[in-house]
Amino acid sequence: MIAAITTLTSLGLLSGLLLSLAARLFQTPGNALREEIMELLPGVNCGQCGYPGCGGAADALIAGAASPALCPPGGSVLARTLAAKLGRTLESAADGPPLLAQIDESRCIGCAHCGKRCPTDAIIGAPKQIHAVFQEACMGCGLCVEVCPTECLQLHPQTPTFATWYWPKPMLAGV
Amino acid sequence: MRLHTFRGGVHPPSQKHLSADRSIEVLPLPPRLYIPLQQHAGAPALPVVTVGQKVAKGELLAREHGVTSAPLHAPSSGTVTAIGDFTAPHASGLPLPTIVLDTDGEERWVESEPPPDPFSRTPEEVARQVGAAGIVGMGGANFPASVKLSKARQAGVHTLVVNGAECEPYVTCDDRLMRERATEIVDGAAIMLHALQAPRALIAIEDNKPEAVQAMRDACQNDARMTVLSLPSRYPAGSAKQLIQLLSGLETPSGGRGTDTGLLVHNVGTAYSVHRALRYGQPLISRIVTVSGGAVAEPRNLEVPLGALAVDLLNYCGGVSKDCARLLMGGPMMGQPLPGVEVPVIKGTNGILALTAAEAGEAQPASPCIRCGRCVEACPMGLLPLELSKRARSEDWSGIQALGLSDCMSCGSCAYVCPSHIPLPQYFAFARGKLAEQRREERKSAHIRELMEQRQARFARAEQAKAEAAAKRQAAKKQRAVVMEEED
Repeated sequence: MIAAITTLTSLGLLSGLLLSLAARLFQTPGNALREEIMELLPGVNCGQCGYPGCGGAADALIAGAASPALCPPGGSVLARTLAAKLGRTLESAADGPPLLAQIDESRCIGCAHCGKRCPTDAIIGAPKQIHAVFQEACMGCGLCVEVCPTECLQLHPQTPTFATWYWPKPMLAGV
Repeated sequence: MRLHTFRGGVHPPSQKHLSADRSIEVLPLPPRLYIPLQQHAGAPALPVVTVGQKVAKGELLAREHGVTSAPLHAPSSGTVTAIGDFTAPHASGLPLPTIVLDTDGEERWVESEPPPDPFSRTPEEVARQVGAAGIVGMGGANFPASVKLSKARQAGVHTLVVNGAECEPYVTCDDRLMRERATEIVDGAAIMLHALQAPRALIAIEDNKPEAVQAMRDACQNDARMTVLSLPSRYPAGSAKQLIQLLSGLETPSGGRGTDTGLLVHNVGTAYSVHRALRYGQPLISRIVTVSGGAVAEPRNLEVPLGALAVDLLNYCGGVSKDCARLLMGGPMMGQPLPGVEVPVIKGTNGILALTAAEAGEAQPASPCIRCGRCVEACPMGLLPLELSKRARSEDWSGIQALGLSDCMSCGSCAYVCPSHIPLPQYFAFARGKLAEQRREERKSAHIRELMEQRQARFARAEQAKAEAAAKRQAAKKQRAVVMEEED
């Protein structure tokens, strides 16, 4: 009994020591570009880009496997900044209307799960009351959509308002 | 006084004969008025009335919100029946929050003291009164007049320019106003001079309105500070920057304001409203609107309560014929295409036009740019419209800004002369919208980043508070244990 405890404890201590020594001795300097990109990305690890979190997205961006427009929450602003940073060109097709969270009030039960999940505090509402999304603070990461039990919270394209509408690009044949 | 000149410009057929000889008629009071909360540059007004409330004519409906904003008043007496979304007089056809007023036909004015003599009041008080009356630039810019007056006084403006150029084709509301109410306009101009503490006023009128020039000359005979000038007719002489250049030879710097040149431009309609507000205490609740165009049976100049629908005006003028191809608010050069006839008249509405296909020039399809450079010659701002449109088409946003898109005032001279019928101003409007959207997104991104940081900081604080509370509990527990031990 005593022998087993001593052996296991010493084994644990020894491997811990070895690991910490290895981490110090064989440390590679961190990728400065990766850190810069991590700084730009929203950092909420929503996974909408298809990579494991913002770190995975940063790696994919550096490796050239992902488009600078990979991050829906970052929107076109982030896409432009990333493209400039990485010296890549941006296909304008990726520049769609941003999707933002919206609550269908008739189905909201006030479970208050979504508000806790929101990384930007864009959802307001007390328990058992109808919740609402501040469009100005929502970045469309979709984290709230997953936790909504009644599926009343969905991402919708933003509809233009009087203040945001502008003339469409003229579509002319031959010009 | 020697006149200078400005660059470019065009000579579109004036078409003013359609309505110029029709004196101002008062539109019969419509049963329902629609007053959008945003009729001015800046923030929308905040309603101070509730649904079901009875209001008198001239009573405050909504107060200004922020520095650049303007209040709204009841154009007639009646009952507020709704406050909600209603189609805006705007090309998008999108709704704006609107106060709906059912008129009772009594035209009962709100009770108020007759205002004191404006010249016995300080310039600040006069400017404040102009603001309280909800007066905005009536030439179409819709910028709150009081803000313009106080800013200009601080900038040391020496000359007030009363703009009666009215260079837009078809529109004759300022022409009629000058012919029929010249003394009132001159009085309004004198009050504005007092508010500005400026020594002189120039009243500028295009020479295609000789009757108006004569009427204005007669009205300001006794005031040595005022000079009436007849300008050669050329579009866009009525634009503030071009008018300043015509009168003083000074060009407003790119990105600067007209007042940088020492001149301040106000429309004749604004001067008239200032007269009504300061002499009679009446807020801006009605205006003169020209209803014209080839598809209107009887073109007219109407005095219209704000909030009357375009359809009320058009019906009063004999209705719109079937060959109407385009409906506009404002003139044909810079006016807004309307989504329908069910849109209200607002403070900046100078005309409602129903144009036939031939007048609107819709028959010609656009063809490729042949780089003839006519748009460059026509541009009054000295820009290169053909290069700008090329960049808008290829969405080269930094390029289009470098070429001075922000100096374009959408006067439409380039499109007017384009032999390929390219809708150049639409390209510029698209580019401006896109750039504004990018700026909004950048602001939003920064805002969201801040929110995220604040949330993380809050969580960190909560975590720390928890740890501290736990430590305190531990300490208390220990304390209790010690005490108990001692008791034992």
